[in-house]
Amino acid sequence: MLTALAIAVGALYAAGIYLVLRRSVAKLVFGLAILTTAANLLIFTAARLVRGRPPSVPPEATAVPAPHADPVPQALILTAIVVGFGALAFAVVLIRRVHHSHGADDFDELRSES
Amino acid sequence: MNRLLVLPILVPLAAATLCLLAHRRFRLQRIISVAGAGGLLTSGLLLLARVQAHGPIATRVGGWRAPFAIVLAADLLSAIMVTMAGFVAVAVTIYSLAGVGLRRERFGHHVLVQTLLMGVSGAYLTADLFNLYVWFEIFLLSSYVLLVLEGGRARLVGPIKYVVLNLLSSVLFLSAIGLLYGLTGTLNLADLARTVPLAGQPGLVAVVAVLFLVAFGIKAAVFPLFSWLPAAYPAAPPAVLALFSGLLTKTGVYAILRIFTLVFAADTGFIRPLLVWIAGLTMVTGVLGAVAQGEIRRLLSFHIISQIGYLLFGAALATGPALGGAIYFFMHVIVAKAGLFLAGGIVERLRGTGELKRLGGLQRTRPALAILFLLCALALAGLPPLSGFWGKLLLFRAGLAERAYVLVAVGLAVSVLTLFSMMKIWAEAFGKDRPADAGGEPALSAGSRLALYLPLALCALFVLGVGIAAGPVSALAAQAGRELASPEAYLRVVLGVQP
Repeated sequence: MLTALAIAVGALYAAGIYLVLRRSVAKLVFGLAILTTAANLLIFTAARLVRGRPPSVPPEATAVPAPHADPVPQALILTAIVVGFGALAFAVVLIRRVHHSHGADDFDELRSES
Repeated sequence: MNRLLVLPILVPLAAATLCLLAHRRFRLQRIISVAGAGGLLTSGLLLLARVQAHGPIATRVGGWRAPFAIVLAADLLSAIMVTMAGFVAVAVTIYSLAGVGLRRERFGHHVLVQTLLMGVSGAYLTADLFNLYVWFEIFLLSSYVLLVLEGGRARLVGPIKYVVLNLLSSVLFLSAIGLLYGLTGTLNLADLARTVPLAGQPGLVAVVAVLFLVAFGIKAAVFPLFSWLPAAYPAAPPAVLALFSGLLTKTGVYAILRIFTLVFAADTGFIRPLLVWIAGLTMVTGVLGAVAQGEIRRLLSFHIISQIGYLLFGAALATGPALGGAIYFFMHVIVAKAGLFLAGGIVERLRGTGELKRLGGLQRTRPALAILFLLCALALAGLPPLSGFWGKLLLFRAGLAERAYVLVAVGLAVSVLTLFSMMKIWAEAFGKDRPADAGGEPALSAGSRLALYLPLALCALFVLGVGIAAGPVSALAAQAGRELASPEAYLRVVLGVQP
């Protein structure tokens, strides 16, 4: 499972970077969206996967039993999703306005006009 | 819960909320905005007094125990940075009373300035890596909107670069946080300082360190990652530019200082030499870019980059005196640059253009503006007895002690070029005769004259005062540098260990 996720994370980073490096403005947005997702999955994977173990302390014990699920990465990812969504939404609106006023999807054309 | 630590975050938050509630009542919003900035400056000064007298302080939000709670902490560096943010905020909000126009105010200029201040203060005060990421996003989002508030057609392409590169840097930042958490299981800065050397995976630690360096390097606009800055900044009005140059890139440098003296202090064989190279090249490329410009805003924007190089100079050497020099330089450069941008803004306001070719004769028509500009410009170039001279002296002395002769020589050469480009503005805009085709100067009302000149005068007085009182100020900076170089007291309060 860990290997599969690691490969998926790598593939997402590769796809995101490829799209960001294209000249098309629309693909840039998709690239950024994929990269944010890749970073979230990376946090999830890097913090180790534990299945079927509660992150809570049983009533009779004083500490969490050894292999326990860690709730912190999930809290981090939840925050990062919200933050990333906000930033991405702004980028989409900005790029849409540029596209609207310039009528071009190509960074080279945008630069020659400005 | 230590109130001093939450005030610099709560005051701008309250001001932003009140500004939102005073929707459409612009006069009220302006008062709230200036009051919020004044409150931030006051709380910064209170924090500084407390930290200087009693050492670093920390508070654990929610009352959880040390590595589990999100900790807010302030040592001298944090307190100084919050105070400087407050100072710039006061200057910019006063200037905004006359300098930004109703159109920007209608779209929430005052609200965004306050949320930006909140994010910046939060970034200075947090001792948690993920919390740092969130504060960075808060002030970056505010800055995105401030940058494009009244963007016309041509003005939107530069901001796209800014937004996209900063989003990319945030992704790198987040990835580095994820890897570091996987490696150590903690994100508390003090806890990381303890656990990273014990992690036993030098390869992975080096990768994470470089990821942080690139992420903060983009935000701080260092060589070779600065291309977004000259593309995006000149689109913003001078008041916003003064705020950005004083707070945004500087927070990136602050993060580099903090992370690389605390978390990666021990095990980074190649990071220091890399930082030395970056510092030198940032200074040189920034100033060379500036020399080639013929428009005030663009010229000053390139100078932001070159001055970042001096700050990294201190970070690269990382000895107590070098860090102290960098902290003194922080205080100097934040205010000197803000003053220059505000002076440039007044010039544009008077003549309707910032093109140096079409300016001239301001020395005769506006002697007060000329003197105030000259004070800030000479401070930036580093002439005694102004603040820049002492900042550079402290840095160069620390550099000589570390045998970084090439870096010191580069720093000196860049100072000469800085002086040259400042004199270019002086000669073109103030000294030479006014071109024949230039229009008349609009008469400013007494109120807007006060709002425009007062913040500029405050900045000029600051660079003069910090230069003349160099003894006590550099002692404060040196103390902050020592705390940064050997952060035991900071580690202790953040982890909540009783001494």
